[in-house]
Amino acid sequence: MEALSSPSLPASRPSARRRRRHILPGFHLTLGFTLFYLTALVLLPLLALVLKTIVPTTDYPTFFKLVGHVYDVATDVRSLDSYRLSFGISFIAALINGIFGFIAAWALTRYAFPGKKIIDALVDLPFAMPTSVAGLALTQIFSTHGGYIGQTLFNWFGWRIDYTAWGILIALTFIGFPFVVRTVQPVVADLAVEVEEAAACLGANRWQTFWRVIVPAVRPALLTGVMLAFGRGVGEYGSIVFISGNMPYLTEITPHLIIMKLEEFDYVGAAGLGVVMLLMSLLIVGTVNLVQYFASRRRMA
Amino acid sequence: MRRVTNDGWFARYSLLGIMFAFIGLFLVFPVCVVLIEALHAGWGFYLSTLQSIHSWTAIRLTLLVALAVVPLNTLFGICAAWSVTHFQFRGKAVLISLIEIPLWVSPVIGGLVFALIFGRQGWLGPWLETHQTQILFAYPGIVLATAFVTFPFVARGLIPLMQSQGSAEEEAALTLGANGWQLFWRVTFPKIKWGVLYGMILCNARAMGEFGAVSVVAGNIEDRTNTMPLQIEQDYLNFGLPQAFSLASLLLLLAVITLIIKVVLEWYRLAPNIVRANPGKTIL
Amino acid sequence: MSVAVQHISKKFGAFPALNDVSLKVRTGELLALLGPSGSGKTTLLRVIAGLEIPDDGQVLFEEEDVTEKSAYERRAGFVFQHYALFQHMNVFENIAFGLRVLPRKKRPDAAKILARVTELLGLIQLDGYEKRLPSQLSGGQRQRVALARALAIEPRVLLLDEPFGALDAKVRKDLRKWLRHFHDQTHLTSLFVTHDQDEAFELADRVVIFNQGQIQQIGAPCELRENPQNDFVREFLEV
Repeated sequence: MEALSSPSLPASRPSARRRRRHILPGFHLTLGFTLFYLTALVLLPLLALVLKTIVPTTDYPTFFKLVGHVYDVATDVRSLDSYRLSFGISFIAALINGIFGFIAAWALTRYAFPGKKIIDALVDLPFAMPTSVAGLALTQIFSTHGGYIGQTLFNWFGWRIDYTAWGILIALTFIGFPFVVRTVQPVVADLAVEVEEAAACLGANRWQTFWRVIVPAVRPALLTGVMLAFGRGVGEYGSIVFISGNMPYLTEITPHLIIMKLEEFDYVGAAGLGVVMLLMSLLIVGTVNLVQYFASRRRMA
Repeated sequence: MRRVTNDGWFARYSLLGIMFAFIGLFLVFPVCVVLIEALHAGWGFYLSTLQSIHSWTAIRLTLLVALAVVPLNTLFGICAAWSVTHFQFRGKAVLISLIEIPLWVSPVIGGLVFALIFGRQGWLGPWLETHQTQILFAYPGIVLATAFVTFPFVARGLIPLMQSQGSAEEEAALTLGANGWQLFWRVTFPKIKWGVLYGMILCNARAMGEFGAVSVVAGNIEDRTNTMPLQIEQDYLNFGLPQAFSLASLLLLLAVITLIIKVVLEWYRLAPNIVRANPGKTIL
Repeated sequence: MSVAVQHISKKFGAFPALNDVSLKVRTGELLALLGPSGSGKTTLLRVIAGLEIPDDGQVLFEEEDVTEKSAYERRAGFVFQHYALFQHMNVFENIAFGLRVLPRKKRPDAAKILARVTELLGLIQLDGYEKRLPSQLSGGQRQRVALARALAIEPRVLLLDEPFGALDAKVRKDLRKWLRHFHDQTHLTSLFVTHDQDEAFELADRVVIFNQGQIQQIGAPCELRENPQNDFVREFLEV
């Protein structure tokens, strides 16, 4: 090896060496702005929400001493009813979307039919359409008084959609649909036709192939899509408030109750309900990531 | 040719039938209803409802809000994508998931947090009152709440796009003597401009249509703090259905234009289809 | 210009890519860095260009310590393995890039840029290709454009990362000859990374054999063949 002698050069200076750590320019500027904006706009406000719930009271058992009022509000009958509605109906709507979303994803990837591109683009409509417009239109369709369908349903069968949980269910079905389709679609497209052919060659009929080959492959994506639709439904506000009538105990969803608390200047109560919703969202996102994790691990194996 | 993997005609037609019925009832029908209700009394009446003072101030406020929010979130999106894709640092994965927070919390919470800070009994309420500064129930509050809910839109499209492009061209420009500014405008920006546009139109659509977050911080002061979605609600509650539907038709038009641009960009593969780029992640 | 690295170490996580590497490239020399993949040769090239920051050690251009200088101050001509041409710019704009981003005072005017790019296009035998986009060129043409782009800034040293790696055999041979010819004319100090022995031995004045982040042996091609210093070199060269 070539010997190097360069006594004239300064020995390496470890302290100076640490100054420049990145090759491309702009690291401090862009990360700095990113962190500042994220903290100022999202993290600090969320922290303010959580801190608002801490109001020490004395007449509660140990843990609840800190958040006594919030405990009262969060476990109030009206709150419990609103959770039941928000979570229960969101769950049912997510299941409905699971079925119809899968059918749509299947049809859109496997069949050729006229207008396919337009239908495919239409699936994203609930993403792009403002929720209040959706709410207004759905109300006009399902209203008992002069609604396009609602009037007929009421006159012929005595069914009410508006001002009932059915209305909420319809609004949430509208909102959640694209989540399932867009999560399942790429997986159906990637399903190797060879696997199905192999199954068919082994003597499986179409029905067996469906249950034993297709369903297991699509299940993680379907579950993810359903969870996403569920998560979105739990927090949904705009499309529901028009059609549901927001009657306490009956058709009042949790986000609406939060707004009511704010209008009564019960900031602590509103914050408490906000934290409950935040925790639920966290749980749902955690579940989605868990599903993804196990799905990707199985793919590796 | 019939293949073993093709569904039979019965399955095929019944699945297509179910899909068309579902999409027709839940997606196409509401769109038609908005158009019918807005236009059934004729063009003249339609235009006159839009020219009412309530509608007009709502349209103006909505545009002003989008004008503040979209550039801010775009700047943020570009910065976030640049730092996340071109550098290695500790906590990067955490940062990426934190950026997605606003996608999975309720929009009402997006408004609530600012009400709790700037409201009369909020953290900064008393201070603001002594300084006679109005944030809640005013333009700044609406901008903040809207920025919160539309926060990740540009970033989450750009991050996978820039990740797929890598850093090679930037490194080449660097060895050729380009400084940071030249690097970004001459090399990076031309590669990501359609992705930026894609994020901006999605961000804009949501910003103009946001209802939950804004209704918490706007306080429903007609002619002052009502954005278009809020004015729709107010018109609806005041039995002004024609006004409500004419405003709704404008927002619907915005949604349709947004969808068209989105489809065109995806079709020409100018922007990544976000869903395909990271399947299983939250979408909008 | 001579280039020297002294006691360079670089780790990626726990993986030591370079372990106390010292090397001097003489002025006007054409030097090959040869070794199996993952041996650290590309990392060393990137350290010299300023595209990788060493954990320890120094990089010297002539007598000047450039360790703390960023890549755009060093202005070493770098040719990337996969060309890294600017996809949205045509051939002319790609080659002119380095001239157009010069500080205003040093920037040549449009006529001079045109003259320089035309000259370089002649050198790489791509006259008339100014308006083509990189996507409309063959692999060998892209590689030559990448070379012209690096030469446009009149670099003091030319660094080539697997310059012929992605090309087919025929083009490879032609380009190899062309590069040797080019170097004989200009005597621009040049380093190139390769994993192909024939390429290294045919082209280079001296060859550096790398393994596991360390230099195994340096020498002229015949010297290495006749006198391998350790088992790795012997096995690698199959002598």
